[in-house]
Amino acid sequence: MITPSSLAELREAVLSAPRVIAVGAQTKPRLAAVDAVKISTRLLRGITEYDPSEFTFTALAGTPVSEIIAALGERGQYLPFDPMLVDAGSTLGGVVASGLSGPGRFRYGGVRDFILGVRFVDGAGRLLRMGGKVVKNAAGFDLPKFFAGSLGRFGVLGEMTFKVFPRPASTLTLEVAGDAGTITEAARSRWELDALDVLPDSGQVVMRLAGPAPALQIIAREILAKFPGRISSDECWSNLREFRWAHLDGVLLKAAITPDQMAPLPGHRRHISAGGNVAFISLPDATALDSINLKAMTLRGDAPLWIRPRLPNAITKDVKNALDPDGRFPNLDD
Amino acid sequence: MPAAALQRLAALLPPERFLTRPVELAAYESDGLTAYRARPLAVAVPETADEVIALVRLCHELRLPFVARGSGTSLSGGSLPVTDGIVITLNRLNRILKLDPAQRIAVVEPGVINTQVTTAAAPHGLHYAPDPSSQSVCTIGGNVAFNSGGAHCLKYGMTSNHVLGIKAVLATGEVVEWGGASREHIGPDWCGLFTGNEGLFGIALEITLQLLPRAECFHTVLAGYRTLEQAGDAVSAVIASGLLPGALEIMDALALEAAVAAVHAEYPPGCEAVLIVELEGPRETVAVERERLDQIIDASEPVEARPARDAEERAAIWKGRKSAFSAVGRLSPDFIVQDGVVPRRRLGEALRRIGEMSREVGIRVANVFHAGDGNLHPLILFDGREAGALERAESLAGRILKMCVEMGGSLTGEHGIGVEKRDYLPDMFSADEIGLMQRVRAAFDPLGIANPGKMFPGTEAPALLQHGLHPLEKAGIISRE
Ligand SMILES: Cc1cc2nc3c(=O)[nH]c(=O)nc-3n(C[C@H](O)[C@H](O)[C@H](O)COP(=O)(O)OP(=O)(O)OC[C@H]3O[C@@H](n4cnc5c(N)ncnc54)[C@H](O)[C@@H]3O)c2cc1C
Repeated sequence: MITPSSLAELREAVLSAPRVIAVGAQTKPRLAAVDAVKISTRLLRGITEYDPSEFTFTALAGTPVSEIIAALGERGQYLPFDPMLVDAGSTLGGVVASGLSGPGRFRYGGVRDFILGVRFVDGAGRLLRMGGKVVKNAAGFDLPKFFAGSLGRFGVLGEMTFKVFPRPASTLTLEVAGDAGTITEAARSRWELDALDVLPDSGQVVMRLAGPAPALQIIAREILAKFPGRISSDECWSNLREFRWAHLDGVLLKAAITPDQMAPLPGHRRHISAGGNVAFISLPDATALDSINLKAMTLRGDAPLWIRPRLPNAITKDVKNALDPDGRFPNLDD
Repeated sequence: MPAAALQRLAALLPPERFLTRPVELAAYESDGLTAYRARPLAVAVPETADEVIALVRLCHELRLPFVARGSGTSLSGGSLPVTDGIVITLNRLNRILKLDPAQRIAVVEPGVINTQVTTAAAPHGLHYAPDPSSQSVCTIGGNVAFNSGGAHCLKYGMTSNHVLGIKAVLATGEVVEWGGASREHIGPDWCGLFTGNEGLFGIALEITLQLLPRAECFHTVLAGYRTLEQAGDAVSAVIASGLLPGALEIMDALALEAAVAAVHAEYPPGCEAVLIVELEGPRETVAVERERLDQIIDASEPVEARPARDAEERAAIWKGRKSAFSAVGRLSPDFIVQDGVVPRRRLGEALRRIGEMSREVGIRVANVFHAGDGNLHPLILFDGREAGALERAESLAGRILKMCVEMGGSLTGEHGIGVEKRDYLPDMFSADEIGLMQRVRAAFDPLGIANPGKMFPGTEAPALLQHGLHPLEKAGIISRE
């Protein structure tokens, strides 16, 4: 493990071995479980720019997301896409590289919708900046978005700039009985839900409202008149965020789905998120993998990285060559 | 270009859809950046995705440049033809292939017009959020290529934030499909990379768009201020309040004057600037937040604040705003529009410096801009018949662009680099960074046949004519922001 403490050292680290991969807090260990020298971003830590009036901040890749959430919170702002595994120690670089967003992605979009700019080291050891530091920018190719979900296979992220929003005045959580139909109806409603998930244990639909408290009370009454349920506590969101519901030493997968693919299978636990667009699936072990009928990515556990992978296309290889001509980073399917 | 090659291309389409006669080509010589003109060898008018794929594959085999074209409203010369290549115009691929109100998505062909998506979605209480002011004519394919914006970007983002899936034929002839009906994806974000490629990667054939429920309620306020600075301070106060308005727009005195003349807009007298703020959401939320907003606006000491009392008054406010741009254009025979971005806290300083530069060189500049996201739209007025006027205007435009980058902003918030700003790319990116972008481009297009001469500096410039209103604006069909 190499532990650079500056972006200059990060460049050297990339060039120091024929095959390297960056790791943060390793909260999604399967993503970097490859045969390569690990570069830890642990010492690349801290918020380098934050001006609340810009709705943006810039931070180094190894900065724990919890630190960022706290700094934003002090100024009444937040990351609307709800990063996952915050208490577990997730770093900002890991959030981007894994492309993992939480329940809040329902309203304003995921990590890909809030990343504005990156500084990263490519496979030739160059420190490059792509995107920008302002909330709106259309200059050059949008590589920052490409890095969301790129699993460190195309470059090592050093520093990132994000857009943030003012935190809503209050939130209110409702738990109702429902199914895919409930989800699609609620998602189209006038209520502008902040989150719309299905709890893994009970199969109850949870909705989060966000905005001024008096307004939320009225909207909540209307929702409960339509769907049988109750006002519950905000606690469920941190349980979901930390995967506290998942098998401890099992296999944890993420799949991009549509609401008609929500139905659970025997032996699986599922947290359905973002209005039926994301499934986090937990299995006790890899033996049950055969029953998975979705394309998925393994976050942790002893299973292949890609479940039901697509055939790689030529452009994947060519873009990989453009960013990493010597194959210093592993391939997506390694 | 040997005639034989052109004949092979022509053989792919019926003769009436492969245009080669000068009178037919004339309509395609230019886009929204009317200063530039170039006559292509031919214009192909495919009607199906398979025809587009066949055209691109043959262009690849023949090493023949092609320029994809939607409605040709690009303001940066993105769809300007190349003289040694063909134009592939996508207007006839204009079918909405699927509209799924339950999943809140639309799957469209690239030639579908932006507003048609919302029109189709409206009966289901849904809409397509990105709203460039050219939305009644520009295509989704053009929007995807340029990652176009509009007046609601701070809250809703740009085109890219609404593209869930893309099927495209790359310049290599490879057909790819990325993403789909889900709002989430796994693996690298290919749709994110493709969106904003400015036509340099290939041609989008099918695009899956996310639709959003239409906001139930709006609260729109127009406030006039004695000085531009006061209007800017009001923006800062709104931003600091924790509200997240759907739109925050400013027009300066010259823009107001023009809007009054053009659409008989009425503004509070004696104002150097007008601010438009709009809240939207469920009625209960808007009811609470509007009180907050009204207090903030009162405290900002406007000459007068006018909340829209009904949908008609709201429409009138937006009409003045959306027409302002073209209206300013009518004050002058020619103009150039820039769309640089500055950090919001430096908006006041940027406007002051633009004013100083404008006085220094004796060129009038009007400002209509997206204050919420620091996206300027300085309109530089000149008379192309005066010797050297265009060059002076371009030099001022260049100084403004450099200023935006120096302030930590961007060359372009939504209009793209195109031909117009390609020489300024090195002001924003290092040689290594441009080198990387060129390698990425080469991955998609190793022969450099997709929209060559755009985005990257150092390629030969086509002929300059004059700047002015887009022909459709002159005809009063569209107006710009
Ligand atoms: C009056 C006016 C107002 C405007 N207001 C705004 C505004 O508010 N916000 C904003 O962002 N822009 C605005 N624009 C700019 C312009 O309308 C946008 O850039 C728009 O997206 C261009 O769409 P189009 O269909 O006209 O594309 P074109 O101009 O035909 O093409 C634009 C680019 O897209 C490429 N392209 C087109 N179709 C495809 C495809 N299927 N696949 C791949 N590449 C393709 C072309 O090669 C070209 O590079 C305005 C323009 C005008 C004239």
